[in-house]
Amino acid sequence: MNGSSFAATRRDVLRYATSAGALIVAAPLSACSRRASDAESLDHGPQASVGAFVIIRPDETVLIAFPNPEMGQGVDTSLPMLVAEELGADFDKVETTQMPLELKFGDDGAITWKYASQGSGGSYSIVGQWEGLRIAGATARQLLVAAAAEELAVDAAELTVSQGVIRHEASGRERTFGAVAGAAAALEPPEEAPQLKSRDDFSLIGTPQKMKNARAIVTGKAIYGIDAELPGMLHAVIARCPYFDGVADSVNDSAARQVPGVYDIVKIERPPLDGPYGVQAEGYAVVAGSIWAAMKGREALNIDWNHGPYADETSAGFQAHCEELLSGQGQVVRDDGDIDAAFAAAASTHQGYYWQPYVSHAPLEPQNCIADVRDDGIDIIGPMQFPSSANRLVAETLNRDRLSIKVQVTRLGGGFGRRLSSDYVLEAALTSAAVRKPVKLLWTREDDMRHDFYRPAGMHHLRAAFDADGVLTAWTHRLASASKYYRRPNLPETDYWQAELYTDDFPAHLVDNLRVEYFSARSGAPRGSWRAPAHTANAFVVQSFLDEIAVARGEDPLALRLRLLGEPQELAYEQHGGPVFNPGRLAGVLRLAAEKGDYGAVMPAGRGRGIAAHFTFGGYVAQVVDVEVDADGQLNVSRVVAAVDVGTVVNPNGIAAQLESGVNDGLSTALRLAINIEGGRVVDGNFDTYQLMRIADAPREIETHIIDNGDEPAGMGEMGLPPLAPALANAIFQATGKRIRNLPIGDQLRA
Amino acid sequence: MVRMKINGEWRDFSGDEDMPLLWYLREDAGLKGAKFGCGIAQCGACTVHVDGQATRSCVLPVSAVDGASITTIEGLSDGETLHPVQQAWVDEDVAQCGYCQAGQIMAVAAMLEETPNPSDEDIDQQLTNICRCGTYYRLRKAVHHAAALRKEDR
Repeated sequence: MNGSSFAATRRDVLRYATSAGALIVAAPLSACSRRASDAESLDHGPQASVGAFVIIRPDETVLIAFPNPEMGQGVDTSLPMLVAEELGADFDKVETTQMPLELKFGDDGAITWKYASQGSGGSYSIVGQWEGLRIAGATARQLLVAAAAEELAVDAAELTVSQGVIRHEASGRERTFGAVAGAAAALEPPEEAPQLKSRDDFSLIGTPQKMKNARAIVTGKAIYGIDAELPGMLHAVIARCPYFDGVADSVNDSAARQVPGVYDIVKIERPPLDGPYGVQAEGYAVVAGSIWAAMKGREALNIDWNHGPYADETSAGFQAHCEELLSGQGQVVRDDGDIDAAFAAAASTHQGYYWQPYVSHAPLEPQNCIADVRDDGIDIIGPMQFPSSANRLVAETLNRDRLSIKVQVTRLGGGFGRRLSSDYVLEAALTSAAVRKPVKLLWTREDDMRHDFYRPAGMHHLRAAFDADGVLTAWTHRLASASKYYRRPNLPETDYWQAELYTDDFPAHLVDNLRVEYFSARSGAPRGSWRAPAHTANAFVVQSFLDEIAVARGEDPLALRLRLLGEPQELAYEQHGGPVFNPGRLAGVLRLAAEKGDYGAVMPAGRGRGIAAHFTFGGYVAQVVDVEVDADGQLNVSRVVAAVDVGTVVNPNGIAAQLESGVNDGLSTALRLAINIEGGRVVDGNFDTYQLMRIADAPREIETHIIDNGDEPAGMGEMGLPPLAPALANAIFQATGKRIRNLPIGDQLRA
Repeated sequence: MVRMKINGEWRDFSGDEDMPLLWYLREDAGLKGAKFGCGIAQCGACTVHVDGQATRSCVLPVSAVDGASITTIEGLSDGETLHPVQQAWVDEDVAQCGYCQAGQIMAVAAMLEETPNPSDEDIDQQLTNICRCGTYYRLRKAVHHAAALRKEDR
């Protein structure tokens, strides 16, 4: 395909005047300066353009479309703030809406973003849109000011903009945005990108703003994927093979076809063994006139499933497999200095083993998707974190032109990384293609829990050496796990470690002898990205181990961390969240959290106060966790005090919300969550055994203290989670003397 | 045939009476505020009021609500004026993804009828709806705030 004829010119995307006299700006702009370094983003090629829709109506309302999917992380508010800041809009009059997926052919003929990157993952939305969306807002302002200048017959430079009003100070005359929107739409767009405000001039960025779509949510009007409809659509549920990579030995669907309302039954093929996932499993889609009929039809299916190549896999067996692997020699993925000599010369050494189970994303809205596959094009409507991935997967599988596939992202009822995968979208498309009608696919909770891409399970082995002066001289981190990179296209097993170990993480560069070693474990469980991916595991083990070392050495755990982190300096950080890690900023949040949380105070019997900090995807978070553990081992987490440094703050209210979410997600996961595998299938199917935390276990107090240092902004969707589990384990140790090395905590505190 | 009053309006249903009320509300009555989360009455995303009681509609067959009066999130507010619990949710900025919040709000609205001034312990015992985003800290504040708003209304 030759892309040049499709490439949008500057003029044709820049301005559209509607008959209603509104100004619509969709500004294609140069790429932002910071690279998208997470794997999910790299899958989609370079970010060739950044922009946004801004629609200004004559009634003074401003509609701003946010490009990235909203799944609870607050981009429906924070991203429009970037636009509105430069636009000079009254944010109270701003409405926001989800932008549909917009792709185009780039100058090189490859598919690229039409206006802006449109994925939600890696806490990257604010980082990726920081410059482009402000330029989009400034461009719209420039047009409005030019129109007002013409009307007032003054020089544009004499006009000021505030709260949706353009004012000529010398004459006291003014025009509102709405009044000049129509005229602005008829103007020639500026050739040069407009000047952006200096940070000192921000009046909206940095102020606490409430979620824009709160009223729709509390009145039940917000539209999630599960609420969407297309005229004439059918409903589908799928009976999937519960065994990893299994297939049906026999299928009898005659009773299912007799269920009133059942329209058809469609086989969905399993992906190739060990090959990339499209759909996840073999399945039989029951298509019916209603969701209830589809469910009844599925119940009437009679299928004998072969137990597949992992029929012997169990949770206990997998843990033993990891332990066995750790007794050998793994793949050395970082090797600074001479680790063996350093351990031989050490005055003292420490080691610890830690275990993390598989866990499920369990977004409260189960997977669902509407697909309408026609000869002339395809419509996809649903909750997706990376609608472009869904577009590409459907295009490749059905052999269609990507631009003929329209994707509308609804609000997501949670994501947590699950909806980075597009398996459910492809299932809906394959089913629609087979029945040649629009189909709405719904997963039940059991479908969701048994066909997740789980957070990888694994066992960690850490060792540390100190010399006689107390200097940390050597550190090893050895991990045996089932990598989430398993079954990625064209990725050799020797690259699997990259998803599970971040080799520039602390204490890299701060210790002379460092070895990081990986063991790729065999498991049939599908794996994927789970909020803050490997940082959850690595923060838990490193920050727990530091506490163990401090106790063994008779040092204060905070003081040990601070002296190991040392002075502020810029250290290279190659993986996502880089290019720089500054240990001084991590020390800064530790100090602030410790001060605000009164870390180190003498605690009464049965109480403990733990601290931990971690650098996640460009953000620095420390937490102080307070616990009480009674004589029966009943745990109560009473308070969490956090300090956050994510550079320039866009919406401090949103930062606090995400911190609170990270705390509760981290606590919920640490308390009880594990996916159990028996006989090559996931046992847990619902919240009766996979016990997400309820309000009774949630901390009554959560404090968020923000360091706004004016640095480049980082995101906040994931950073709040990693420090929680280790700070909790450290608090439990202080309260009880019991060291939590295996998650979840479960009943380990019971006598 | 099942007759039920939904948000003040009588409706007749003549289909499979084993179907859970949730699917009737969402698919037949077009009231999509109540959500499907688990299907086994664990998470509470489907909570509606049946004769004033907070009820998990995902396991309640339509046959069980013959003659009952049902209120969904769409019928909770008084026109454009939000119910105190909805208002408290906006004031405290509780929602994140928001998927569970209609169920949470319905559960809290019913709880405050029985327990107008709940302690934290009351909240812990009576509120068992799951929020996967973990909005519990603001949710708790919003319950207390809603209790105060209700008193002002009287």
